[in-house]
This record gives sequence, structure tokens and C-alpha cells, in this order.
Amino acid sequence: KQWYQRRVAITAGTLGSYGSLARFRDIQRLMKVNDSTIIGGFGDYADFQFLMKLLRQQTIDDEVVGDGVYRDAPAIHNWLRCVLYNRRTKFNPLWNTIVVAGKNYGGEPYLGYVDKIGVAFEEKTVATGFGSYIALPMMRKAMDENPDMGVEEAKAVLKRCLRVLFYRDCRSLNRFQIGVVSAGETSISEPMSADTDWSIGANPSGYE
Amino acid sequence: SDLSSGINAEWPLRPGVENSGSVIAVRGSDGVVFGVEKIITSQLYEQGNNRRVQSVDDHIGGAVAGMLSDARAIVARAREEATDYRDVYQVPIPLKMLCERLGHYVHLYTVYGGLRPFGVSILLGSWDELNGAKLMEIDPSGSARGYYGCAVGKGKQNAKTEIEKLDMTKLTCRELIKEVAKIIYSVHDEVKDKHFELELSWIGKDTGGKHQIVPKDLYDEAVKYAEEALNDSDDEDNVM
Repeated sequence: KQWYQRRVAITAGTLGSYGSLARFRDIQRLMKVNDSTIIGGFGDYADFQFLMKLLRQQTIDDEVVGDGVYRDAPAIHNWLRCVLYNRRTKFNPLWNTIVVAGKNYGGEPYLGYVDKIGVAFEEKTVATGFGSYIALPMMRKAMDENPDMGVEEAKAVLKRCLRVLFYRDCRSLNRFQIGVVSAGETSISEPMSADTDWSIGANPSGYE
Repeated sequence: SDLSSGINAEWPLRPGVENSGSVIAVRGSDGVVFGVEKIITSQLYEQGNNRRVQSVDDHIGGAVAGMLSDARAIVARAREEATDYRDVYQVPIPLKMLCERLGHYVHLYTVYGGLRPFGVSILLGSWDELNGAKLMEIDPSGSARGYYGCAVGKGKQNAKTEIEKLDMTKLTCRELIKEVAKIIYSVHDEVKDKHFELELSWIGKDTGGKHQIVPKDLYDEAVKYAEEALNDSDDEDNVM
């Protein structure tokens, strides 16, 4: 249910919960909108599917014009902000938090966050749900130490965060996808898992 | 003219479609290729503008012959139909469904006295893994027919003859691009219409089922093949 992103890398778990039940364990929460943008959805999955449908149609509308111009990440971010804010104002929100990861027309990396209440901002590290408590400090520290990290390092940071999240969040699943938007490629990986070490679990103290 | 269409369906065909630059489309073994002879009436026109090949949704390509403004209206309607179908059924619209809907729409304009028929013939094609390549034509009367190879416009007769010579079902899109270019160049009337731009687009296995303008390297290859073929036939005339 939680997920987090970095400058050009974005990751999301593949779990669709039904309350506390881990109901759907192989859903896609990352969507490649076009070559410049990947979005990740947190919250109500049906609402996210609705947004994905609208975005898919937008991309088709861009394609048929045939001039090779597509909406870039800031444009999609702003569009989502408009839609989400409008819905909240009408007391009929789309119950999602969306992260928009991509690049702008100049090719520079862009990372944005939009909320169900229409809060929107751009940042270097962004996280939703549990990630904002556990992963965000880890990502910020990594960014402070190495502000110009490349894609592979970014992915490593994300995997580290995901491992800790799996340890600490009891409603999580050790299965996620990582999406990357870079100068060369825009793609979403196959689902993968983090290596975990539960050996300290054999001798807990204070929790018996 | 068809009795099933309105009384005036013949009218738009004459000034509209039959005087327009030739448009041909061929359905190969792994896709559909469209070729348009876009006659350039002024050197002031920007190259590559006023495209006669259009995409409807990302999996269907179309080429238009006739009045461009009418064509724009039809393509816009086709896009709306495709969007609506996708909205309801969550799958891309099959070509046959699109042509049915579009055919109905065009036909509508032939049965009311207050409206004039569309002066456009549109060739639509698609390809997907399951159903293979499909090509259909909608003419101003609203009838939609499926084809293996189709030509409309000025050089329609000559083009049709040339197309019939091709064994389309055995040729791939890459080969057909060259053949289509050759046919357009051969039916182009050098005397009446000095300049023309060849528009080539394709949709098939090589494009992953997406309608695209033919990439520059393949386009240049096709043009070269067409020009050489033209020169060869000119040489033959000189010998005789």
C-alpha cells in the first residue's frame, strides 16, 4: 500500500489490500503514462484505475496529432492536481495519493506529489503512507550524502527502504516494482522482492 | 450509384474525391501500408503539413482522399467513436466496428435534404496479433467495404491495375512500402501536377500494431526504388 520515489526512480508494492486482508498480491500500482512520465498510485485502487483510464486516453489523444509532442511530467502533475482538487471541492474525492515521476520537456528529472485533497508539490524525494514515516528520512539522508546519485544508486536506496518497510509494516508484502525515467529509457520492472534477514527474530526480548 | 445511398451521393464524388491526389492502401501479410500522392500547389506550403494520413486511436491508421475539411470532420468523428468504445469496453475498437459506426455516420449525411454528403473517401487499416491485417474503405455514400488493395483519387484506375499485379498476401510491409511508393510515382501525372509529396504510413507487425509514418530510412529507400522504376520505364519508352 505504500510506495516511495526518488528523483528518477519510483517504486510501489504490488499489494492490493481489502482492509487488513492481503487480497490481491499482484496488482500494478505503477503506470507508464508516456515516454516522459510514470505515475504511482496509493489509496483506492478503483479510483486509481479511473485516473489511469483518463491518462491513457490523453496519451492516445497526444499520439494521433502525430507531431511527436507528448504531455510531460509537470503537465500531467498539474492536470492531476486540477482533477483531484476539483473533486475534493465537490465533496466527491478520488481517494488517492499519486506520485508523478518523470522528466520535463527539457529532459530534466521531475518528481511530484498530489493528494486526495489536492495538495501538490515538487520535491527530490517523495513518499506516501508508511513510506513517509520510515522511508522518507532514509531517502533524504541518502540524497544529502550523495545528491548526484545515478539510477543504479537510486534503485539501491529504494530497495533498502523497501526492505525496512517490509520489516516494520505488518500490512505489507515483500513484492514490488521499480520504475525508472531517464534520458534513455522509461520502463517499469518486473515484480521483485527484497532480501530479508529474520535471524534476529529468533531471540526477541520484551515482546514475548 | 447505389440505390441504397441518397440521391446526391454521386455529387461529392466528382469534385471531391475523384480530383484529389491518389491514395492507395495495400494489405500485406503482416500489416497495411498507405501511400498518398499529396499534390503541392504552392512552394510556400510547409513540408510535412496537412497530413493526409491520420491516426484514429493508436491502432488504426487512415488515409483520406477528397475535401480536406470534410476529412477532418470524419477523422474527428472516428476518434470520438474509438474513444467511446474504449471507454465502455476497455479494449481498442476493432476496425470492423469502427467502420460500421463511421459508415452509419457518413450515410446519415446522404439521406437528409438539408445536409450535403461528405466529399471524402477514407481508407482505414489496422493490424493486431490475433486478427492480422485489415483494410476497409468508406466512400461518400457511407458504404464500408473490406479490401486487400484499394485506390481512390485521380490515378485510381491505373493504380488499381498496378495493385492487382501484386501478390499482396505474400508480401511483407517492408516490401510493400517500396511497391506502394512505386505505384504512386507511376500514376502521378507529371504534366498536370508538377510537384507532389509522397506520404507513406504503415501499421503492422513491424510497428507493434501502432500506426506510424514510415521512418525516414525506409521512406528514402522506397522513394529511391520508385524513382529508379520510373526511370527504367522511361528508358523503355525511349528505346521504342
